[in-house]
Amino acid sequence: MIVLDGATKRYGSTTVLDQVSLSFGEEGVTALIGPNGAGKSTLFSVIGRLLQPEEGRVLVDDLDVATAPSRTLATRLAVLRQDNHIAARLTVADLVEFGRFPHSRGRMTTEDREHVEQALDYLDLQPYRARYLDQLSGGQRQRAFVAMVLAQDTRYVLLDEPLNNLDLRHAVEIMRLLRRMADELGKRIVVVLHDINVAARYCDRIVAMRDGRVVCDGPAAEVMDPEVLESVYDLPVDVREIDGRLVALTAG
Amino acid sequence: MTAVTNHAPTPARTSRTGVGVVVGIALLVLTVTSVFIGVSDVTPASLVRADADSHAAFLLLVSRIPRTVAVLLVGASLGIAGLIMQMMVRNRFVEPSTTGVTEFATLGMLGCIVLAPALPVVGKAAVAAVFGLAGTWVFLQVIKAVPVRQLVLVPLVGIMLGGVVGAFTTFIAYRMDLLQSLGQWSQGSFASVMAGRYELLWLAGAMVIVAWVAADRFSVIGLGEDFATNLGLNCRRVMAIGMVIIAVITATVLATAGIVPFLGLVVPNVVSLIIGDNVRRAIPWVAGLGAVFILACDILARVVRFPYEIPLSVIVGIVGAGIFLWLLLRKGSRAH
Repeated sequence: MIVLDGATKRYGSTTVLDQVSLSFGEEGVTALIGPNGAGKSTLFSVIGRLLQPEEGRVLVDDLDVATAPSRTLATRLAVLRQDNHIAARLTVADLVEFGRFPHSRGRMTTEDREHVEQALDYLDLQPYRARYLDQLSGGQRQRAFVAMVLAQDTRYVLLDEPLNNLDLRHAVEIMRLLRRMADELGKRIVVVLHDINVAARYCDRIVAMRDGRVVCDGPAAEVMDPEVLESVYDLPVDVREIDGRLVALTAG
Repeated sequence: MTAVTNHAPTPARTSRTGVGVVVGIALLVLTVTSVFIGVSDVTPASLVRADADSHAAFLLLVSRIPRTVAVLLVGASLGIAGLIMQMMVRNRFVEPSTTGVTEFATLGMLGCIVLAPALPVVGKAAVAAVFGLAGTWVFLQVIKAVPVRQLVLVPLVGIMLGGVVGAFTTFIAYRMDLLQSLGQWSQGSFASVMAGRYELLWLAGAMVIVAWVAADRFSVIGLGEDFATNLGLNCRRVMAIGMVIIAVITATVLATAGIVPFLGLVVPNVVSLIIGDNVRRAIPWVAGLGAVFILACDILARVVRFPYEIPLSVIVGIVGAGIFLWLLLRKGSRAH
């Protein structure tokens, strides 16, 4: 269980997270939606101990993020941020091996290697394992990062806009994969998404944020509501049911 | 980053091994050559018939072997200092002499000459290392304000920082009438190396070992702070270890051989092209290629005007700058 208890983060006089109390971990895949600047990435940073909240606490399986050893947390929680720019020339296999770092501390055991191979298999990356990251397409590279997170072998996986810059096919591929990771491997995934239709299609639960606050939290059917979506995005949104699926349409 | 390279070859293991063997053989040949170059007649033959006078053997032990060992240690360690710094800063175009670290260490050395001239070399090197440490810290603080992706801005800021510190050092040396001593260090040379005057460099060698032991930590740091924190790495501790490695290598090399430019810049970049940036894999390559590079330059410096020597830093500067330009201008370089 990841529990936020009244987490507040300010930059100067701007409050980017305002008394957020939330918990993740019951559902397989949770989507975090909301307009730009709603505090989604900050929320991830606070959970991933990259930022310290001014008020409130963050617990991961009863470990306080502020005080628990970083290494222990790294075996329970993996955070993949958006815009991963890696300057170093690393191969796919190198990157996935670094995912084992919290377990191996640089001394790879047979078990570590098995995890690496499984992650490469799971993401169909074996043919590209010796390629350098800058020799991959956007979709392949995103898969490599997910493989790294998978090799980290944590129960909780947080992904910030993993569909950024991906075409339709690769976006669907990543979402299906996250679904499988939750269903087959028992991962608890929280993912920041901008496409609410994708969120409604693949996620068990949607958390909507705005101005640093959680404005709606519930199953997809509950959030896919014209009034709710309008209050989140300040934009008239129409929701239709097509072949049993809720689809949001923007007006105009 | 977004475009797929259309001539993307998977790194061929066999050709890499081939290059490795070539580097190894070159290292061996150059090491032996280096030992037997010099004004005095020290040849394998003269050593064998050393029954009459052991002059050749004496020379070998006191001058030739120490010099070659010093060259090897400097080459290997400067390469490593560059590599570690590049991983810490996440920029391919930094090394101690382009980031003000060398200038800070030089200032420390000068301070010793002015305030405590009787201090033994070890003491001077220690002071230089402390200054180098401070210099690394200052550089890291300054570039926090520069976006990581500004590839060229980071080394530019470093060079400017070095320029300011260097000007200050020159001013003091000028006022104290010590410009000549300053000139001595700034021209790296192994001419004065002999037994008893190079052993400090084993410390630099020890730093190479430290870097190798902590190799994966530096790889992870090279992924950026977000990744490193996510992987449970204590970033501050690893940065501190890296700073010590850089400062000790810079200071000991400065105190024994002087300033050797470009090596830390060029060698890790060439290795990156051959084998990538996984630090654990790269370290033996960087150390080996760094040693080969500087051995070749040192031999050249000793034979170009035989029996006189020209300063090593001149040769290293010319060759290093040439390779560096090639790295910048070659097709597929990330600098443009």
